[in-house]
Amino acid sequence: MTALDTLRGKYIEAISSAADEAALEEVRLAALGKKGEISLKMRELGQMSPEERQTTGAALNRLRDEIDASLRARKQGLADAALDARLKTEWLDVTLPGRPRRAGTIHPVSQVMAELTAIFADMGFAVAEGPQVESDWFNFDALNIPPEHPARQEHDTFFMARAEGDDRPPHVLRTHTSPVQIRAMQAQGAPIRVIAPGRVYRMDMDQTHTPMFHQVEGLAIDRDISMANLKWVLEEFCRAFFEVPSVELRFRASHFPFTEPSAEVDIRCSWEGGQLRIGEGDGWLEILGSGMVHPKVLAAAGVNPDEWQGFAFGMGIDRIAMLKYGIPDLRAFFESDLRWLRHYGFAALDMPDLAGGLSR
Amino acid sequence: MKFTLSWLKDHLETEAPLDEIVTALTDLGHEVEGVEDPVKVLGAFRICRVIEAQPHPNADRLRLCRVATWPNGPDAPSEEVQVVCGAPNARTGLVGVFAPVGTHVPGTGVDLKPGVIRGVESNGMLCSERELMLSDDHDGIIDLPEDAPMGMRFIDYKGVNDPTIEVKITPNRPDGLGVRGLARDLAARGLGRLKPLPVEPVPGLFPSPVSVTIEAALKEKGCPLFAGRTIRGVKNGPSPDWLQARLRSVGLRPISALVDITNYFTIGLNRPLHVFDVAKITGGLRIHAAEGGEELLALDGKTYKLRPGQMLISDDAQPESLAGIMGGELSGCTEETTDVFLESAYWDPITIAATGRALKIVSDARYRFERGVDPAFTLPGLELATRMILDLCGGEASEVVMDGAVPDTSRAYRFDPKRVVSLVGMEIPEAEQRTTLEALGFTLEGELAAPPSWRPDVQGEADLVEEIARVASLTKLQGKPLPRAQAGVPKPILTPLQVREQAARRTLAALGYNECVTYSFIDEAAAKLFGGGSEAVRVENPISSEMTHLRPDLLPGLLRAAARNQARGFADMALCEIGPVFAGGEPGEQQLQATGLLVGASAPRDPFGSRRPVDVYDAKADAEAVLAAVGAPAKMQISRKVPGWWHPGRSGAVGLGPNLLATFGEVHPKILREMDVKGPAVAFTILVANVPLPKVKTPTRPALKLSDLQAVERDFAFVVDASVEALTLVNAAQGADKALIESVRVFDQFSGDKAEAQMGAGKKSLALTVRLQPTDRTLTDKDIEAVSAKIVEKVAKATGATLRG
Repeated sequence: MTALDTLRGKYIEAISSAADEAALEEVRLAALGKKGEISLKMRELGQMSPEERQTTGAALNRLRDEIDASLRARKQGLADAALDARLKTEWLDVTLPGRPRRAGTIHPVSQVMAELTAIFADMGFAVAEGPQVESDWFNFDALNIPPEHPARQEHDTFFMARAEGDDRPPHVLRTHTSPVQIRAMQAQGAPIRVIAPGRVYRMDMDQTHTPMFHQVEGLAIDRDISMANLKWVLEEFCRAFFEVPSVELRFRASHFPFTEPSAEVDIRCSWEGGQLRIGEGDGWLEILGSGMVHPKVLAAAGVNPDEWQGFAFGMGIDRIAMLKYGIPDLRAFFESDLRWLRHYGFAALDMPDLAGGLSR
Repeated sequence: MKFTLSWLKDHLETEAPLDEIVTALTDLGHEVEGVEDPVKVLGAFRICRVIEAQPHPNADRLRLCRVATWPNGPDAPSEEVQVVCGAPNARTGLVGVFAPVGTHVPGTGVDLKPGVIRGVESNGMLCSERELMLSDDHDGIIDLPEDAPMGMRFIDYKGVNDPTIEVKITPNRPDGLGVRGLARDLAARGLGRLKPLPVEPVPGLFPSPVSVTIEAALKEKGCPLFAGRTIRGVKNGPSPDWLQARLRSVGLRPISALVDITNYFTIGLNRPLHVFDVAKITGGLRIHAAEGGEELLALDGKTYKLRPGQMLISDDAQPESLAGIMGGELSGCTEETTDVFLESAYWDPITIAATGRALKIVSDARYRFERGVDPAFTLPGLELATRMILDLCGGEASEVVMDGAVPDTSRAYRFDPKRVVSLVGMEIPEAEQRTTLEALGFTLEGELAAPPSWRPDVQGEADLVEEIARVASLTKLQGKPLPRAQAGVPKPILTPLQVREQAARRTLAALGYNECVTYSFIDEAAAKLFGGGSEAVRVENPISSEMTHLRPDLLPGLLRAAARNQARGFADMALCEIGPVFAGGEPGEQQLQATGLLVGASAPRDPFGSRRPVDVYDAKADAEAVLAAVGAPAKMQISRKVPGWWHPGRSGAVGLGPNLLATFGEVHPKILREMDVKGPAVAFTILVANVPLPKVKTPTRPALKLSDLQAVERDFAFVVDASVEALTLVNAAQGADKALIESVRVFDQFSGDKAEAQMGAGKKSLALTVRLQPTDRTLTDKDIEAVSAKIVEKVAKATGATLRG
């Protein structure tokens, strides 16, 4: 056994038995410090013959590196042990709840309006708006509903109060979104493609009616738009909106003063165990009214009916929201019951778009 | 509009089954709202005979009957069934009505099952009329004459097997308010043949003692034609059973033959008529405008007071009828009537609608006249009704008396067979188009089509197209793609305001608010609390006292919602709404608001003490987040000019010059009390449209300038008067060196009693941290000293602040 072997054995033993970092540092100083045993031996190399120096030098270097590595490993080991010991004391009950954070919701009416917008934007429809207090001209006359037309009575209109001496016909709370057709055509002329979602008002309150609800109006005017185009647009809309592979619509003759011909539109569906399925089954569900815009309506909006023609439709937003999302009661839409808002509402980042699908 | 199948078949020769007729009606635009087919409900109840009735072995009041039944009709073999029956009249030989096992009994709502009653089997039921819901008779089971045909369906025997159909007639189709009009549509569709309706005038045997005159002014518009005649020597008893049954099945109460005949014409032919008792009329009948104040006791038992201009029929003594709307009680026909004056008139729809609405009378006559009856059928209807009165009540008819003339409704429109395909998109051969129009009563001459007198709704070419498409059936319409308005990727279509509305909504939800949609109208008291409730925004005919005024602000609706939720046990909430508010009652006096309301605590109780009452700074932070989302600039002014529903000391308004963008703060405690909300409650309102749009819209961002030089932060604690606002300090500090100072932030406030104890009465401390970002060289201690001194000086000058020792 050489002297270096002895030295090695001594320090390796000292390193492994050092109990803490301070003891380890003492060992380091004793071996590798300025006046450490190995450092001193390195210094002696200068006095050796070149051959001796070569062998002893290399051996000393190896020894120094080995001790250094051993010191580092021991230091890491001690640190790890210390951390382990600390972590053992740092136990927390992770079954406690996380810090509270409020989760907001988007109202189904807003969500469905955003869905409508996404679908119709793709077909080139802009979003038009109009006032909710309307003159009776925009709400009725311009839409081919003259003052004594029986349809006026069927609208259950809310009227605004008139000041004494103001002899104008009273303004109304718009009974439908159709007056936006007139305003949009007056502003933009033809050709035009718009939808107009918004609040409408009728004097009706019972199980299935509220005095305020939401409609969306659709209007497309061009030189040769026909009712067949209307049917296609509605089919495309329903397929996209209800997120089903295919839909079947049925047009039924009906009457609206502002369209001619007019049709009520039914969608094929089934009701099984209270579950509505669109696009299958033997049932038909009325979902909207539509038709070709009446020449008188075009004329009232300043569009020449001899040159332009097109379709219009109107549908209940609350109603299609109820159908799509299985919401049972219309009245609850406007009651702001937190339980309802949280259950039927949508997350802020659930932005409907066609690329990702309308609903999650 | 309700009618029966047999009534329809009076006008329509058809073999089509009920289902097909119902489907076709709906498809033609007459939406069927209900069908009641007695066969479906009562078809299983058949006539039977009790072979033998014996006492029940175990029950005194029950009888054990052997019953001969014909489950498969009278022509199939009979079957004997054992039935236990409790009716007192159950006896051997009784001819009654039997319901087999499996039948639903409408009167009891029970489905019959095989049963064991007191130990004896019973398979079916002997029925009373009440169990069939045919009458209230339940004294015993039905007891028919010996010769009643065994095995026949009871409804056939009783003559109550006529299905009733109820359709919704759209307001443009008055002809659909008569059974014959519907029959005509069905015939045009190909469901049968419209039977002819021959009109043979009844010769007048004497001059009518009752004359008629229309006031000159009314002949122009209100009443173009009034005709009638006297029929004397009638006997006005009950009408025949078939007529009574028909009226009953459509929901009308039979009254007397004369009245029933008028109702029969109203429903069958859309020809309302009226009958006066001649004995109760003084002199002739005069159709005139009311002077105002006249009173009339009408047939509904109510007295109506007329306004000037409303139309009346009066005799020489008094008003006798609300023209075209409802007859008078005093001149009405009774069982004693022997001489009757039959009226058939054409009334102007608009005048009738206005009067009917003003008097709030709903009658079958008003309903039809205001939609428009066939003016050309006024006289034929009179003749047909005369004939029926003579047939059913006897008597003899006078000559017809009339004033006015049938108004001319003749008109014609260009009929272009190509329009159907260009407007509707359906290919229908021209010959078929012509057949359809003719079947509907149109007259075709060359390029022109003249609508029949009973179709006031047809007013142009598009209506011709509609008739053709409707009769051909819109179900045949095939969709055709609508080409894109322009090729390529669609352009964005939302307006900047619409985009901002979306951004506000999504941001609010992301901040944890639950979006509400509340009514646009609120109660007057709440409206007044928020600066509204004026006459201009009052709804003339509100549906409830809680919805009388258009809302001036979104807060009242949200506060009411908060109160309702608190009543349900939810103390804390974050609610928001984005919607219109109304400054006035003119179109356009409407503005978009986005409002958030925080009530109660910031969080539920938790192990970390997160819960604290919400305060004005919560509202401010959220308001700023929404403002940023809708594109408001980073720097805005904050003032204390807020409306009265905010806490005067704990609220602020955010603006840009004179432009108000938002208000935030604590809701005034008085408001909370009025609206029953348990506080604290803080809120904010953003006026989305007031946020200015960027002058130039470009997606390019300004270049990001980053410095490699070390930034330095220095803290300053100032002592100031308690009333000094932090922003004044921040702005003053910022102004000390605009190039070097990157940001100034308040990081501490020390105020209240403890602070005053340390720093003197009326004082507080505010601590700022200032971040210095050099751009050309590293800051030396000297540089920092210099800028620090300047900051202290500026702040001191602006606010009188001193550095806290």
